[in-house]
Amino acid sequence: MLIELPCPIPYVPFMNHDNYPNDYIRGILNSVKTIAMVGASQNPARPSWIVTKYLLERGYDVIPINPGLAGTELLGKTVYTSLKDVPVPIDMVEVFRNSEAAGPITDEALALDPLPKVIWMQLSVRNDEAAAKAEAKGLQVVMDRCPKIEFGRLSGEISWQGVNSRMISAKKPVLSGKGFQKLSLNRP
Amino acid sequence: MTDRLPGFNTLAIHAGAAPDAATGARATPIYQTTSFVFDDVDHAASLFGLQAFGNIYSRIGNPTCAVLEERVAALEGGTAALAVASGHAAEFLTFHTLLQPGDEFVAARKLYGGSINQFNHAYKNFGWNVVWADSDDPSSFEAAITPKTKAIFVESIANPGGVIVDLKAIAAIAKKHRIPFIVDNTMASPYLIRPFEHGADIIVHSATKFLGGHGNSVGGLIVDGGTFNFAGDDRYPMLSKPRPEYAGMVLGETFGNFGFAIACRVLGLRDLGPALSPFNAFLILNGIETLPLRMQRHSDNALTVAEHLQGHSKISWVSYPGLRSDRYHNLAQEYCPKGAGAVFTFGLKGGYEAGVKLVSNLKLFSHLANIGDTRSLVIHPASTTHRQLTDEQKTQAGAGPEVVRLSIGLEDTQDLIDDLNQALDAA
Repeated sequence: MLIELPCPIPYVPFMNHDNYPNDYIRGILNSVKTIAMVGASQNPARPSWIVTKYLLERGYDVIPINPGLAGTELLGKTVYTSLKDVPVPIDMVEVFRNSEAAGPITDEALALDPLPKVIWMQLSVRNDEAAAKAEAKGLQVVMDRCPKIEFGRLSGEISWQGVNSRMISAKKPVLSGKGFQKLSLNRP
Repeated sequence: MTDRLPGFNTLAIHAGAAPDAATGARATPIYQTTSFVFDDVDHAASLFGLQAFGNIYSRIGNPTCAVLEERVAALEGGTAALAVASGHAAEFLTFHTLLQPGDEFVAARKLYGGSINQFNHAYKNFGWNVVWADSDDPSSFEAAITPKTKAIFVESIANPGGVIVDLKAIAAIAKKHRIPFIVDNTMASPYLIRPFEHGADIIVHSATKFLGGHGNSVGGLIVDGGTFNFAGDDRYPMLSKPRPEYAGMVLGETFGNFGFAIACRVLGLRDLGPALSPFNAFLILNGIETLPLRMQRHSDNALTVAEHLQGHSKISWVSYPGLRSDRYHNLAQEYCPKGAGAVFTFGLKGGYEAGVKLVSNLKLFSHLANIGDTRSLVIHPASTTHRQLTDEQKTQAGAGPEVVRLSIGLEDTQDLIDDLNQALDAA
């Protein structure tokens, strides 16, 4: 088993945004399917492109949002102008913009019907006011984290790069079944 | 609601080393392979573009080496680490990532003789200029800083022994001037001192010494503390500028608080090549499992032997911070209360000739140029490791003609004392 304190409830209304329990992040990454990527880039050197590709490869339906690229295809997915233009329900809104922009993006997300379940602000992006608004409406919020890094950390993939996953386990990591070098989040 | 971090002993055994995903092998397998098959062409492109985590070629990364990297990152409390072929390679790749030709770094004058040589000579070929500071005087580090200074370098416990550096005082100067603070933690190991807790930004190790601990494998590590923000800092183009090697990727931005370790890997290790063998990584990992037990015994034994030598008629002084009378005892109490390590020096009243005789007469101590072995080791620095230095440099480095250095092993202390007594009698 993983050495970590249990986090029995999946939704915590007043999350400590300085230090997320592993189960909180794992719960989110295991439950969401459709992710709107606000601030998607078509430049393969940019972190938003890299994260989009990684999440697509892990089976998530990533929908790129970028008004400048609206109507074009990015990694095989149609780009939309804004969240409200996306024709399917969104489980998670990932904010790949700066902390200030996270405010109005969260407002847009909270105006959607159905509401998304998660607002995820990228590494270095933090907006506590927006987070409080989203949490008041029952959404889960993650700030200043990268979903690719978190997936890699919880699955064990990131350990191949010598990164401190801060996890230890006497159970073997689970291959995702989609190739040799992909691990699943469902590590016992 | 935070996940509790396991303790040091647990990390020394488990960090990075889950059972093998493919076979369930419980000991870390030795992945003795040069290369790794790609799932498909797209997967290969993702790996080469640093867009996916994974293995390509053992010069850049290897699963056995990766376990060692995560293990040491966890023990030091860093964000990531990089295993390399030696401690010198760890220093080389660290400076290669931070310095451009014409840049300077400030280093403590009391260092391992090999590092002094590396800084004084080899680095000149790259246009990296060392400026020396007084290990005992933090203000001398500040005085040495110029607009070209890109790093500050010290050893936490300085070779050839007996010097404890005031890490917090030097870290404060580094922070004030926004310069990365590099600490070589080889002599202390993270069991005795954890430099990130005292303000270090980067730690380097010769894993050859206490981490491996059995005198069988040369290796090195670079540990990223994740504390220095390189992104957007024009002084560090390897981390802050779009890299042509990776289609314009900015490493310090893409990899956040472990960007330095990634840059050392993908710009340093990949292009310069001092990779660690997976077999050496395995042996070093095996050593680390008992690091807490060994370091405590090393330190306890060293104190016993140092106390004995202090009273010996042929010895003029003993420099070991574990001794109450030592000038560094207060700093040792502050930085390494569990013990002051295995290595110390003493001075022979008989000078250079007595030093040469002593190493010849010892029967249990091995006369060789290493430290951090289970076996007790002895060297006369003036005639060996520090031979290339001038007399003045030797004395400044704590390696004058009368100085003998011991690295106390894990044997019975009475046997070590008996051997020293007979050799001193004959010296």
